[in-house]
Amino acid sequence: MNKSFFRIFQISSSFFMANMCPYGRFTHAVVRGIPESFGKPAGDGGKENGEVSVDLAKAQRQFGCLTGALRQKVGLQLIEIPADGELPESWRIEDVAVIQGDTALITRPFKQQRRSEVEAVRRVMSELNLTVVEMGAEQGGSGGATLEGSDVLFTGREFFVGISSHTNHSGAEVLADTFRDFAVSTVPVCGGSRLKNICSMGGPDTIVFSSTEGAKKTLRMMEQLTDHHYEVLSVPEESAANCIYVRGPSKKDFLLHRPVEECPDSVSAFQKLPDYSLLPTACSEASKLGASLSSLCLLINRKHTYF
Amino acid sequence: MATEASSETEVKENTEESSAQPDQSEKATQETQEVLNTEGEDKEKGKVKEKEGKEGKGISRYLPTWLKKQKSLSQTSPTKETPPTEEPTSKETEGEEVSAPEVNGHAEEAEEKEEVKSEPVKEKEEESNSNGSADTEPAKEEKVEESVQTTPEEKKETTKEDQVAEEKKEQEQETQAEADVQEGDGQISIFQSPLRLVRKPKMKVVVCRVTLLDGTNFSCEVEKRAKGQYLFFKVCEHLNLLEKDYFGLTYKDTHDEKCWLDPMKEIKRQIRSNNWQFSFNVKFYPPDPSLLTEDITRYLLCLQLRDDVASGRLPCSFVTHALLGSYTLQAEFGDYEPDQPRPLDFISQQTFAPNQNKEMEEKILELHKSHKGMTPAQADIQFLENAKKLSMYGVDLHRAKDSEGVDIMLGVCANGLLVYKDRLRINRFAWPKILKISYKRNNFYIKIRPGETEQFESTVGFKLQNHRSAKRLWKVCVENHSFFRLNTPEPPTKARFLTLGSKFRYSGRTQAQTRLASSLIDRPAPSFERTSSKRISRSLDGAPVISITEAGRDTTENGHDPHLELQSDSKSQLRVHGDNIYVRHSNLMLEDHDKTQEEVLKHQASISQLKRSFMEAPPPSPPQPSQWEKRLTSSPASTIRVQQQQVVCVPQTEATPADSAVSDTKEPEKLPVVKTEMVTISDTFAAQKTEIATKEVPIVHTETKTITYEAAQLDGSADGEPGVLMTAQTITSESLCTTTTTHITKTLKGGLSETRIEKRIVITGDCDIDHDQALAQAIKEAKEQHPDMSVTRVVVHKETELAEEED
Repeated sequence: MNKSFFRIFQISSSFFMANMCPYGRFTHAVVRGIPESFGKPAGDGGKENGEVSVDLAKAQRQFGCLTGALRQKVGLQLIEIPADGELPESWRIEDVAVIQGDTALITRPFKQQRRSEVEAVRRVMSELNLTVVEMGAEQGGSGGATLEGSDVLFTGREFFVGISSHTNHSGAEVLADTFRDFAVSTVPVCGGSRLKNICSMGGPDTIVFSSTEGAKKTLRMMEQLTDHHYEVLSVPEESAANCIYVRGPSKKDFLLHRPVEECPDSVSAFQKLPDYSLLPTACSEASKLGASLSSLCLLINRKHTYF
Repeated sequence: MATEASSETEVKENTEESSAQPDQSEKATQETQEVLNTEGEDKEKGKVKEKEGKEGKGISRYLPTWLKKQKSLSQTSPTKETPPTEEPTSKETEGEEVSAPEVNGHAEEAEEKEEVKSEPVKEKEEESNSNGSADTEPAKEEKVEESVQTTPEEKKETTKEDQVAEEKKEQEQETQAEADVQEGDGQISIFQSPLRLVRKPKMKVVVCRVTLLDGTNFSCEVEKRAKGQYLFFKVCEHLNLLEKDYFGLTYKDTHDEKCWLDPMKEIKRQIRSNNWQFSFNVKFYPPDPSLLTEDITRYLLCLQLRDDVASGRLPCSFVTHALLGSYTLQAEFGDYEPDQPRPLDFISQQTFAPNQNKEMEEKILELHKSHKGMTPAQADIQFLENAKKLSMYGVDLHRAKDSEGVDIMLGVCANGLLVYKDRLRINRFAWPKILKISYKRNNFYIKIRPGETEQFESTVGFKLQNHRSAKRLWKVCVENHSFFRLNTPEPPTKARFLTLGSKFRYSGRTQAQTRLASSLIDRPAPSFERTSSKRISRSLDGAPVISITEAGRDTTENGHDPHLELQSDSKSQLRVHGDNIYVRHSNLMLEDHDKTQEEVLKHQASISQLKRSFMEAPPPSPPQPSQWEKRLTSSPASTIRVQQQQVVCVPQTEATPADSAVSDTKEPEKLPVVKTEMVTISDTFAAQKTEIATKEVPIVHTETKTITYEAAQLDGSADGEPGVLMTAQTITSESLCTTTTTHITKTLKGGLSETRIEKRIVITGDCDIDHDQALAQAIKEAKEQHPDMSVTRVVVHKETELAEEED
């Protein structure tokens, strides 16, 4: 991998933000390209995606649209890690790191084959002067602790970790141990889905939530567990519940959401958000593999001040 | 006598565990008889008591309150004859068996008893041990004395006591929670009756050691039977802390677990050991510290949080550790100075985090540089602004198991009850969702309000390590709920017929109340020493450190919540150097009701300035024990140690252009009185100082004067004319513990005749005499007796002997 390929920009000074600031202030996005092996089962024994037919070229086009929107519309610094054919799922970069403030927790994905995906990401995190925290090592090599970023919802005030097929309690504990300033609550995620598939941040105090039964159950639990009050934006389609919200450098609210073609009933809900720049972004191919918009990027804020 | 004393101990064993002491069984029989005799005597003697003994619980509610209280004395009659140390046992039995109302009380009772049974023995052992070493606690001796007292004049005393107790308790009830009274006072056996102790010349004093938040120790003497609040108020006074409701004292129980000292109960009964060692801690972490009024409160909160963070109780990330540490540096050392190596030394000495390393220290310094120009108070504010956002801020964790036996932690906080598994929050019950909290044995239960979709309330149970921890958790929940959720504390449950339920309730102010009270604090920000200045003797504030307790707060309390009036310490004690006598001010009672709060506060402030100026004067006499230095001590209402004298003067007003006479006990003397507030202190050195200060004080109120003096030998250089004495009359009446001396003098002053009635009421008593009550009563009575006259002056004069003479 060629280091010069990384478009890393000099970070002027490393300011610290000890605690919370409203969700959505990001300066950088880290993405990883769609490899040729997109849609192919990772390793040899995988069956789950076996039957899904994906259009690689379309997926790469959609990826290009997403990165373009993040860079040109939202105005983030984009860092693209080149695709790696050996790692067919490496484009789901959200899973391999959880970043808050200046700390990046490198996760331990559920699938053994995905664990080498973290290496490139770790390097980028270091380049960005983030404090990199490893999982696994402190767990004493326990086979148990697994955590994937798509099960982690950070609201700016606290973490919710979805206990799913890919993320377990021990994994959540490592996260809680890493981000000690914050409350880390665990919530059940039903139906083999991932937490970020049913909800995502839609604003500093807004959570976009799917209105399916399973999602409602998770929402109720989150409401019980939190000390804060969030606005909930309910969307009828589950696929619509995953958005990317960024408050751009120009103090504008941007929301990347699935286009009307992909979730016709939900777009009207987004239009209710006042003064938002809505950026419909297609993600049909990735979603065939159980991913969504947020799966494709890691958002970082490198311009923190501490008050 | 010694036998009789020991018989008291054995009674209990006879009833509860006769087998426990086989070697004494012979003696025990004898003693049982003796005891029976005593009980028989009792019946003959104390009519009231007899009645009480027979009254069931159910009748009690039809009885007048004072009788009810008396009854509560006798409820414990089986154990009544036991020495004081065993009383907590019986009390607890009562308190705990009833704590889970909707469960089978009997089983619990049985278990309770079993559990507590062993404790008296242990305690007795401890007690006798201390006897052996003959240091502080000659408990036996005390018992002997007491029994001597009781037997011969039982009857007389009981009746008298009843009268006084009735009066006193009626008043008390208005202000104090009944349950608390019962828990605190009511169950005191006849030997311990505060009024009985009045007669005892010797008072046992114990030295309490309190570890303060800055790590220093504060020692203070308390009477052995003092309540928790006495010590707490002493500490607050030492710290010059007004917003004290967020704080509390902790002690380690016999199992080395941290417990909160209940302000309403005797200290001795809570600590149950001879280790009078306490810590001053934050009890309720204010969710928004910026709403605190005073910097000193925030500073103390910072100190607690620094410790919480450094010890790992309050977990936070590396960055937050560094940031909080940098604010600590700024607060303690001021701006970063590159050529000054001190912070570097300091930083390594200091613990900022559990796993502090060089990297963190460097980060702390780096951040410290960016705080340039920040004052210590601002740094504290920033510290708190960051600390309060931490998820574990103010969360009090308790180990427990869930219904499936999985280890969890229960966190009690301002918002409710949190359930953690390891570091993860797995459930949360906000206070509004909780209908009821209870405990039974080692189980802790919360009843949950039904959700929107549910129909029925549900109860969630947790298993605690043991009964004690269940009770402790329950208490903490009760207190946190009351403090953060309620506007006023819940009234304690009345002793309802067949109702089981602990009478424990939060007795302090709620957050709403304390916020209101602190919003009315109107004193110049007190200067205080910071830890660094203590350690490295470099003061940032540069101001002389004079801690003076202000009286202003209490008036605010009075204005807003009369119920709490008595729980506050309104008075300040002046230590008069040289003769070990405390002079006590009471500014409380004579405030005009139509006076606005502000005026009152100004008035109070001016008094405090006077005190300040007095205290700034160089000490005239031999050096005092350090804890007494540089401060005025105020004490809670119930703490008069040995002797109180209250002098109420009732002169006719209109005639006096400047009233000029204040009585003294033996020879009424003329004192110089200016027509403003004035504090005259016996020692002549102070007089001048005070007068100088008087001129600076704005005259707020001229008719009501609070003058406290002590054996003053000042010349009569006042502006008032001496006048001609026409008649003088002295009437003295005496009752159990009060002596009322009435001087009626008629003087002719510049053509005006003035009748002055001076009433001197000497109340002799100890801890449980309530100053303010007595004073209020005296004033009330005086007003009633002479409706055509007005009270122009009240002098409260408190004498406290330093009860050094060891028993």
